[in-house]
Amino acid sequence: MSAPTMNTAGQTLLEVDSLTMRFGGLTAINNLSLNVPGGKITSIIGPNGAGKTTFFNCLTGFYKPTTGSVRMHHPEHGPLALEQMPSYHVARKAGVVRTFQNIRLFPNMTVLENLIVAQHNALQHASRFSLAGLFGRAGYKQAREAALTKAEMWLTRLKLLDIADLAAGNLSYGTQRRIEIARALCVDPLLLCLDEPAAGLNPRESAELNELLLYLSREHHKGILLIEHDMNVVMRVSDHICVLNFGNKIAEGTPEQIQNDPNVIKAYLGEDEADEKEAA
Amino acid sequence: MTTPAPIQFTPTHQMPAMLARAKDAVGVALVSLLLGIPMIGLHTVDQGGVLAVMTRWPWLLAFVVAMFVGRFVMQFALDHVKLNKAKRERKRPEVAARRPWLTWLGRALLGFAVVLPIAFSGNRYVVDTATTVLIYVMLGWGLNVVVGLAGLLDLGYVAFYAVGAYTYGLLSTHFGWGFWETLPVAGALTASFGILLGWPTLRLRGDYLAIVTLGFGEIIRLILVNWTDFSGGPNGVTSIPRPTFFGLPFSPSTDETTFSSFFHLDYSADHRVIFLYYVILALALLTNLFVSRLRKLPVGIAWEAVREDEVACKALGMNVTNIKLSAFAIGAMLGGFAGVFFAARQGFISPESFVFSESATILAIVVLGGMGSQLGVVFASVLLVLLPELGRDFSEYRMLLFGAAMILIMVWRPGGLIAHREPTVKLGRAPSPVPANQGAQA
Amino acid sequence: MGQLIQQLINGLTLGAVYGLIALGYTMVYGIIGMINFAHGDIYMVSAIIAVTVLTLLGSLGIAAIPLSLLITLAVAIFFTAVYGWAVERVAYRPLRGSTRLAPLISAIGMSIFLQNMVQLTQGARVKPIAALLPGGFELFTQNGFTVHLAYTQILIVITTVLLLCVFSYLITRTSFGRQQRACEQDRTMTSLLGINVDRTISLTFVLGAALAAVAGVMVTVYYGVVDFSIGFVAGIKAFTAAVLGGVGSLPGAVLGGLIIGLIESFWGAYLSPAYSDLGTFGILILVLMFRPSGLLGRPEVEKV
Repeated sequence: MSAPTMNTAGQTLLEVDSLTMRFGGLTAINNLSLNVPGGKITSIIGPNGAGKTTFFNCLTGFYKPTTGSVRMHHPEHGPLALEQMPSYHVARKAGVVRTFQNIRLFPNMTVLENLIVAQHNALQHASRFSLAGLFGRAGYKQAREAALTKAEMWLTRLKLLDIADLAAGNLSYGTQRRIEIARALCVDPLLLCLDEPAAGLNPRESAELNELLLYLSREHHKGILLIEHDMNVVMRVSDHICVLNFGNKIAEGTPEQIQNDPNVIKAYLGEDEADEKEAA
Repeated sequence: MTTPAPIQFTPTHQMPAMLARAKDAVGVALVSLLLGIPMIGLHTVDQGGVLAVMTRWPWLLAFVVAMFVGRFVMQFALDHVKLNKAKRERKRPEVAARRPWLTWLGRALLGFAVVLPIAFSGNRYVVDTATTVLIYVMLGWGLNVVVGLAGLLDLGYVAFYAVGAYTYGLLSTHFGWGFWETLPVAGALTASFGILLGWPTLRLRGDYLAIVTLGFGEIIRLILVNWTDFSGGPNGVTSIPRPTFFGLPFSPSTDETTFSSFFHLDYSADHRVIFLYYVILALALLTNLFVSRLRKLPVGIAWEAVREDEVACKALGMNVTNIKLSAFAIGAMLGGFAGVFFAARQGFISPESFVFSESATILAIVVLGGMGSQLGVVFASVLLVLLPELGRDFSEYRMLLFGAAMILIMVWRPGGLIAHREPTVKLGRAPSPVPANQGAQA
Repeated sequence: MGQLIQQLINGLTLGAVYGLIALGYTMVYGIIGMINFAHGDIYMVSAIIAVTVLTLLGSLGIAAIPLSLLITLAVAIFFTAVYGWAVERVAYRPLRGSTRLAPLISAIGMSIFLQNMVQLTQGARVKPIAALLPGGFELFTQNGFTVHLAYTQILIVITTVLLLCVFSYLITRTSFGRQQRACEQDRTMTSLLGINVDRTISLTFVLGAALAAVAGVMVTVYYGVVDFSIGFVAGIKAFTAAVLGGVGSLPGAVLGGLIIGLIESFWGAYLSPAYSDLGTFGILILVLMFRPSGLLGRPEVEKV
């Protein structure tokens, strides 16, 4: 394995400071501040259109935020301003890797190839921009072997080993979700951003997802930032929850605190029903 | 129609298949009629400086009937194909089947290519045509890197071919450079051109890139036509020296050592033809080896990943622009090599050889052959070079057929004639059953 | 001075033609989010049809200029529209939902097919035609240089402006325009709302082809010579115009067309006629590099 997992548990990994994103007249995120610790699971929840995916896009360089800053406290490279980086730098240098709400695999490539592509930077470096690779030099062969071992490790962990040589696009939805997570893990992220990983999963699959998330954060000390609608996942695994509504942060805290927060209940159930519930 | 058919209020889904097909074919025939009237039915001919309209109604009728029958037959064929496909899909094995016969076919072709000049010795025409086929094979393999692997539509590929050809043409006639010295220089130069063009444009969407490369191809051609001092203008570059056999020229002259005198052979013009054939065969094989190795290297896998999903690549930390640039540069370099050979073989080059239809032909070879497939490119090149050789009629209809084939292939078989994709890497270890206590629980 | 004004007039005329073709590009782009590579060839088909119709009218003895112009326009628009419809039906519709590359390649194939089809059926030679609308105004003479303004030039510019107004109205104010814009944004949702997406797309191609047909007729009347290959370069230039103006914007297309026309005309007159196409390509590359959303277009946000 190339990079040993850096243990950043307990430290603040990501520091979002008064982030605002506007599209024309629409404010998708309004003055959002949030700290994401390493080695823990932080969830972002909120109704549809609350700005969750936009938040991810701002973190990972796909959108340039209108104002505000996103700092990644990288144990090696120090604080990095993610909002100023091109998207590929965010993954390569800052170690923030994301998945997508509508799964984005390389559909005609096999599952294994998907995981090898994720290790492109390390492999490309080892192949000395293809020269060492073309002539089959030992250094490149080693790197390739290491990449295969890492891919195999995650394939095993995510129960994908048997389908490693199948085209990724032909597999079932739940499997594709797992492949996307495995692929992201092959980049050796410090912070893994998962955009609705439980969407479209059946109850058994989503229970397995719970275990996987806990395993990744407890055993591999990955910081995880999770966007999710499935409360069975969110409430069981999250260490910390942040609730967005119309781009504003309306609550933050542990699962218990969030479950009892009147603002959250209002946002989810609407004003009237929340009042009725309070009255009852 | 004399008696109006009784109107039937049958819901479409209950309509007999036959009637539905007939209706559909009548529709196609009607549209064909409308399309055909101004183009086939009527045409203008020059009669002493004045145009006159002529008619070709029988042709139009034949066209419409052909479209009707064709559509009708196609409907049957399509239904049949669909049924078969469904059957096959049900039977499809879990693991992508290997195609050993493809490998064997490739080897057989290679063997044939090696013995071809011997088998057809004395038949200069065959060897000459085979050389042309191999030039297209090489161009096809070069463009395949850009279009087939990296998924970038380059409509100006011929520009790199031209740069390579003129590099050799000019360096050899002005500075006396030889074929083999020019080859790497031309490769480097065309690769730089590729980067020069790619750097500003590769960030663009696919269709913008296509049109910019088209424009680039035209710019190069315009410069070659108009900058007479540099390129010889429309007259091109003439008397380009032919490649020598390690310094031995192929000529009948007796005052210097020539190929024939050195090997104590009777001079024959065929020697050079055969030599040139082996040169392009070697170049093509090297290209093939180079590209197939690259495909399995990180850069090649990355090309395919960029083709599949750019956004996902960015999210995985890949510099998409650089990856595209490398594909562009390598494709350009291979085109440049082919250009050098072309100039050396023809001994004469002019902008005429580097028009858009040439780019289109190369693209058609890649598309027909199956994007990303090396063997497919060979078959498509053979087909596209031999078809016009069959007769003048065919050469007139060549581009028409290419255009139609490009549409049909995209509609029916987007993967091309040979659509099989071999994975670049396999686990190669017997899949071990995951113990129950392992996996996600670990 | 006289030379300058003459080039201005010629450039505006040329630009108006490019603008007309560019309108078709921009409309089709608007709805399928893709460039119709065969659009330049559709324009060429229309010019060839116009030649046939004008010759036919001449041999029938119909000499009244407005009448023969109207008949030519009507016939050319009708048949060219059928071609536009067929292009969409054959090269685009079956590939909806396919890879990014597939429709591009099939459209290139269609462009090659159309050009060679016309070459085969109509012959490769240039088709000259007698001036339909000769004459014009002599604006003024200065230092022996007379500035001309031909009737055809006035006709072309007025037609372009008129069509721009009509189509802007069509897109922004009518039910079809709303359907068209809805398809542009979300095709699935549009079809769920009971709008026939196929028909809307077909109709857009038909309208785009009709615009190209008008351009084809105008060019035939203006230059008096056409051949099978005029679609290629005109297509690229009109595309450049559409990009320069901002793809998706109708006024932008005409504005871009006028700028390209003026540049070509001035470049040819003052710099070098041989390289006048180079100016266009240069602009195309520069605009795409530095302002891909064009002069009047909206910036495109990458959807993730």
